[in-house]
Amino acid sequence: MNEPDQDDGIVLTEAQKRARRSRSIAIALALAALVVLFYVMTLVKGPMVLIRPM
Amino acid sequence: MSLISEGANFRGPIAAGAGLGLAEPSLASVGDYIALMKPRVMSLVVFTALVGLAVAPGSLHPLTGFTALLCIAVGAGAAGALNMWYDADIDAVMTRTARRPVPMGRVQPGEALAFGLTLASFAVVVLGLLVNVLAAALLAFTIFFYVVIYTMWLKRSTPQNIVIGGAAGAFPPMIGWAAVTGSLSLEPVVLFMIILFWTPPHFWALALYRTEDYARAGIPMMPVVAGDASTRRQILLYTLILVPLGIAPWPLGFAGALYGGTAVVTGAIMVALAWQVLRERRPAERASRHLFAFSILYLFLLFATLLVERGWGGLIARLAA
Repeated sequence: MNEPDQDDGIVLTEAQKRARRSRSIAIALALAALVVLFYVMTLVKGPMVLIRPM
Repeated sequence: MSLISEGANFRGPIAAGAGLGLAEPSLASVGDYIALMKPRVMSLVVFTALVGLAVAPGSLHPLTGFTALLCIAVGAGAAGALNMWYDADIDAVMTRTARRPVPMGRVQPGEALAFGLTLASFAVVVLGLLVNVLAAALLAFTIFFYVVIYTMWLKRSTPQNIVIGGAAGAFPPMIGWAAVTGSLSLEPVVLFMIILFWTPPHFWALALYRTEDYARAGIPMMPVVAGDASTRRQILLYTLILVPLGIAPWPLGFAGALYGGTAVVTGAIMVALAWQVLRERRPAERASRHLFAFSILYLFLLFATLLVERGWGGLIARLAA
């Protein structure tokens, strides 16, 4: 009788884990910066934020 | 005369077909992704866009100006990443580009493609939402022009590649101007023309001493296809068109005497260097290197002088507002 497959999926090396972590942090920082940018720009523009001239 | 070898690769990008799937988890660092955005090109794009933004009439909140520049920078980075995705095959065989992240295998082609498309989308949408639609449309067209018209079409098919493709690098001052005014006029078009006609002497001077590199990669740059002597003549011709264009902002009235003097003096040096390039013959390459190096300084000085003369007061006033 065959053994069931022992498939653990993809196992990352330490280097791959470090690279993934640094990329994840960079993405988080970029998204946070985007949120702050939209927030501050909304304050700056006030009601004008809904008016977008050509 | 053609230096393109029989075995030159014109079949398109390795990335377009084979490389979309990710074979294994990525080892790409944040630095690799920054390299994909061609930071040195991006800095020139941001600088020329800043000049367009600063010399434009009207008012713009400093934070809106910062947002516009950020979006232009990210858009330029997106175009760079998409260029590296498509050109991975030719980058791999050129000395100057072989160490880029995709040919080195540090970033998979599919990752570069996804990165470029994501950045391009964000840059255009944010510019449209937070600044204005015309500036966003111009940015979208610039990215399209650089990636599709230049990288995918012209670069591998015609020696006029950088003549027409140079338009992509010439758009940033127009985007900066449009970000402030929401419209276009003669002034940003003149700035556009200066960069457009600056591009051929600049890149052909480089191509003259990188001819073998371009030939090996199968890129039909002017020296590869038309030969050395013809390229040197065309460099002088384009320089002779460039110099009056460089001076034009002065008689047209949107630059002063300081700019005029700078444009005349640096333009004369450009012509002198182009003349030396014309008289030079391979294997000598000193004059070509000098012209390539000075052309960067020439463009920087023109735009920096315009920024100091026309834009500085405006920038200060906007920051103080």
